[in-house]
Amino acid sequence: MATRMNPGDKLAERWSKFQGGALWASIFRPGSIFRKGYTDSPRNRSYVIMNSVLYHLHPVKVKRHAVKVSYTLCLGGLSFFLFIMLTVTGIFLMFFYRPTAAQAWTDIETLQTSVAFGLLLRNMHRWAAHLMVISVFLHMSRVFYHGAYKPPREFNWVIGVVLLLLTLMLSFTGYLLPWDQLALWAVTVGTNMMGYTPVFGDQVRFVLLGSKEIGTETLLRWYVLHVLMLPFVIVIFMAIHFWRVRKDGGISGPL
Amino acid sequence: MADIPEHLLKRAAERRAALADAGGGDQPPADPPPAPPTGGAADEPPASNGGGSGEPGSNGGSSDEGGSDDGGKIPAHLLARSAARKAETAEAAAPTGGGVATATAPAPTATAPPVGATGHTQRLLTVVKAGSIQDVKATPTDKVHTWPHLLVGEFVASLVCTAFLLIFSAVVNAPLLGAANVNRTPNPSKAPWYFLGLQELLTMFHPMVAGVTVPGVALVGLGMAGYIDKNPSNKPEDRKFAIGMMTMFLMFWAVLVIIGSFFRGEGFNFILPWRQGVHDIFDL
Repeated sequence: MATRMNPGDKLAERWSKFQGGALWASIFRPGSIFRKGYTDSPRNRSYVIMNSVLYHLHPVKVKRHAVKVSYTLCLGGLSFFLFIMLTVTGIFLMFFYRPTAAQAWTDIETLQTSVAFGLLLRNMHRWAAHLMVISVFLHMSRVFYHGAYKPPREFNWVIGVVLLLLTLMLSFTGYLLPWDQLALWAVTVGTNMMGYTPVFGDQVRFVLLGSKEIGTETLLRWYVLHVLMLPFVIVIFMAIHFWRVRKDGGISGPL
Repeated sequence: MADIPEHLLKRAAERRAALADAGGGDQPPADPPPAPPTGGAADEPPASNGGGSGEPGSNGGSSDEGGSDDGGKIPAHLLARSAARKAETAEAAAPTGGGVATATAPAPTATAPPVGATGHTQRLLTVVKAGSIQDVKATPTDKVHTWPHLLVGEFVASLVCTAFLLIFSAVVNAPLLGAANVNRTPNPSKAPWYFLGLQELLTMFHPMVAGVTVPGVALVGLGMAGYIDKNPSNKPEDRKFAIGMMTMFLMFWAVLVIIGSFFRGEGFNFILPWRQGVHDIFDL
């Protein structure tokens, strides 16, 4: 290197050298557009999907009618997106919350009044939860009206119904956690309803509450269900749901 | 469009140039067997022309002609060639004086098979349309690339959703009432809104019916929809019964949830929300 380069060129050269190096190559797959560059061509359009983790979710090509917003209204995708939003905001909330009767309500109040963006993120978590219940419900209606529950998709519809149930359970377990009057009494009404289960009514209620009445045990129990167990279960069912969408021949045909 | 590697382009160009050279010089004079009026690639004798679409320069007649006459199964130029060949063999058979000289069509068996300039001896017996021997999908589905057609839509939808959620959350606060107190029961006490349909049913039926039987049957029935409904069509006009049932089912719950949310006041008695205000009777 005889001539002096200006710093900008030097940086650009370093960067391109880095992109040709072993570390970069280990991160991006051989066909990745981050290795070979992207110009718009059918082959590169395929490579975008084929060489990224998105290939787990989407095929390289989809039916033309399936990308119309008016067909799906994005409801299934939005339900999944809201789940991600809820996970992100929920993790934030977990940093400031202790699930005991003595501390839960005060923690929420402190979060709202003296944590930066605490109020905003709690609001987002709450509204996203209601939105998700609505969008899952609307997604189910949409799928029914398109006749997409019929063979070969009948089993995926069953999984979808399970997902609706899990969504309701996630929302319901979260309802108790602020430990305010609204939470306490809504959950009292809800668990009383489940107490009407024939034969084991009392046992079901006891398992749900962790005691005879709602208290700290209930709070801990529902907290673990809400932040760990139900998300774990719903993620598994979602994985099967998305996988089956593709295996059953993609999104259902036009009407 | 598609990025073809440099070396292939170069090779194709070279080959094309070579063909042009050879074709330009050879075509008019060289006419060994009766040359049928086939496509432009004339550097090889017509004996091999039946499968000659593999030649790089043959963008000329053959494929286009085949497509143009849809009525006949056999392309016109092949028919013409076959007629020419028949005439030629009949001519050839007559002078030799073989036993089958009078027969016109099956004559070739007796004569020596015509040999092409490069020694090819195969003949075109019949043309089989690709559709009958290849597993071609009858109706190819109309597909587009996921990137960008689907991913851009999904990205925009997620942005809109995020924006809506952010703005709504900045404006409307989530409720946080006073700390829980087991000794002070609010009146009315309501379940979360999505369970208010059930709570509403509880006011009308025995708990065993409203709390267990109805939701249980509803959920199982919903899950089994794909196994119960044997109608294969997904056209709305063919499935009036299914659509009617589902609409009634959805409306049933929607109406119950709305009544439970907005029309139930103190003691879960029926009220009109505009008399009392929604705030005292409903919260999210």
